[in-house]
Amino acid sequence: MAQMKFMCDAERCIECNGCVTACKNANEVPWGIQRRRVVTLNDGEASEMSISVACMHCDDAPCMAVCPTDCFHKTDDGIVLHDKDLCIGCGYCLYACPFGAPQFPQTSAFGERGKMDKCTFCAGGPAESKEEEYEKYGANRIAEGKLPLCAEMCSTKALLAGDAQDVADIFRQRVVQRGHKDGAWSNNPQASTDHLAYDAAQKG
Amino acid sequence: MNLLTAPAPVGVPRSGKGLALGIWRFVAMALVLVMSLAVTQVAVAQADPDREMTTAAPGITADQWRQVRSGETGPNYRDSRHDSNYSLINASGETWRHIRNRWVSPFGLIAIGATVALITLFYLIVGRKHLEAPRTGRLIPRWSLMMRALHWTVATLFLTLALTGLNLLFGKFVFRTLFGDAVWAWMIAASKLLHNYMGPIFGVLLVIMLASLIKENIPKWHDWVWLKKGGGMIGKKHVDAGFANGGEKAWYWILASVGLMVVASGFVLDFPNFDQSRDTMQWANVIHAVGALGITAISLGHIYIGTLGTEGALEAMTTGYVDETWAKEHHNLWYDEVKDQAIPEEELAARKASNAGASATRTS
Repeated sequence: MAQMKFMCDAERCIECNGCVTACKNANEVPWGIQRRRVVTLNDGEASEMSISVACMHCDDAPCMAVCPTDCFHKTDDGIVLHDKDLCIGCGYCLYACPFGAPQFPQTSAFGERGKMDKCTFCAGGPAESKEEEYEKYGANRIAEGKLPLCAEMCSTKALLAGDAQDVADIFRQRVVQRGHKDGAWSNNPQASTDHLAYDAAQKG
Repeated sequence: MNLLTAPAPVGVPRSGKGLALGIWRFVAMALVLVMSLAVTQVAVAQADPDREMTTAAPGITADQWRQVRSGETGPNYRDSRHDSNYSLINASGETWRHIRNRWVSPFGLIAIGATVALITLFYLIVGRKHLEAPRTGRLIPRWSLMMRALHWTVATLFLTLALTGLNLLFGKFVFRTLFGDAVWAWMIAASKLLHNYMGPIFGVLLVIMLASLIKENIPKWHDWVWLKKGGGMIGKKHVDAGFANGGEKAWYWILASVGLMVVASGFVLDFPNFDQSRDTMQWANVIHAVGALGITAISLGHIYIGTLGTEGALEAMTTGYVDETWAKEHHNLWYDEVKDQAIPEEELAARKASNAGASATRTS
């Protein structure tokens, strides 16, 4: 079984926000909701870096663990989806999520949260019909054999989506070509063993 | 060598003297362009990667990932989401999850389960505390109608909040598999709504109740003695007590401290429209859950003593009157103050009947 993952190559992201726009367009998300966001650190400094974040479809998802209604499930492809019929808008998934992925439309008084909305890896969600699915969760591109639109549209191919193994292979190849000794996962104590590919490239 | 330092083409006339010359100039220019491209590519291929790395823009360094991990934002942090006050990675979410799921949730269940077990054991072994002397049939007013109404409203709200709160914490382990998604969705949605809407009302009424009872609950030395002797719940020891005994005062001050903390943290969680951060709400949630589970466990003791545990306690809160014997045995110091207010049961009944008759004639 595939393990679907996103990965953003921070050395390639140019903060164009194309992924954000593509996502909004593909999924017709509610007003005020932005399933994907681009974060820039040290904007304008030499160490500026940008990275695109959304739901990371964690293996051990904190949102699933804390949900009082148990509305989350993991698909066979490792995608974390939720059932809006069960969601009560308590906000616990938002407290637990490291990436700020869950968002709540606030349309009623006192800032009461509506039903949670988050990135579905363009895989829709539980619904009776295709129309209902699109209405509630947005596109189901996975069912059509396509990858999430954000990654498909990324102009610098900074944002990668797909099976974890494929994504890792692409990134490893980039690291080797860049020639950074520990360019992939910096300061990793296991860097020397992790980057056999780099060593091989150096020797070859 | 690159395009800029490439030698200038020679032999090209300075000004055009016809079409042929123009074509020659074009060809020569194209030749120079192609040649310089080739030269540039050779230059790239021969570049020393180590030297190039010293001049290239730095890659993403460990420091930047450390910055991400620490949740540091800084003045030059940008986020494309319009209302986002979130750092890139919020590590505290995982801490909250572990506190809630590994500690608060199981130990809350243990605390409540253990209290139920202890009370059951106590009831089976020691049993109900009966009045030692027979009733005198003379009644003393203890709780006004206003206080009784307040107490039962707060009690109903408390039970609603406790049950819906327990459902929010533990319900998914029981009711989802038991009833199926359709019923469960309705049940949990109703729990959240009741909890969020009744909570503030409970908070306000609790404050009113605490304020109106503070005079009776100021700790005295004999309350300490009462607590040390376990309130005379076991055996026939004699312990002094005023209007409120040591146990009631302890319950009062638990509500006035922990209870108000639960109410305050509940407000933080219930109204997310004041831009409070995720971290604030995480801590509010932990305080809320720990406090509420503790109070729920202790409330079981209060409920037991007030109903099954003590003969004559419940009628004080339902009818508002207690028997003289009950007052003497449970609140001797208070009884000494109010014994002249005692009214024979028959007289009270007659008075009530005439009141009811009067109001009936008034309404008819």
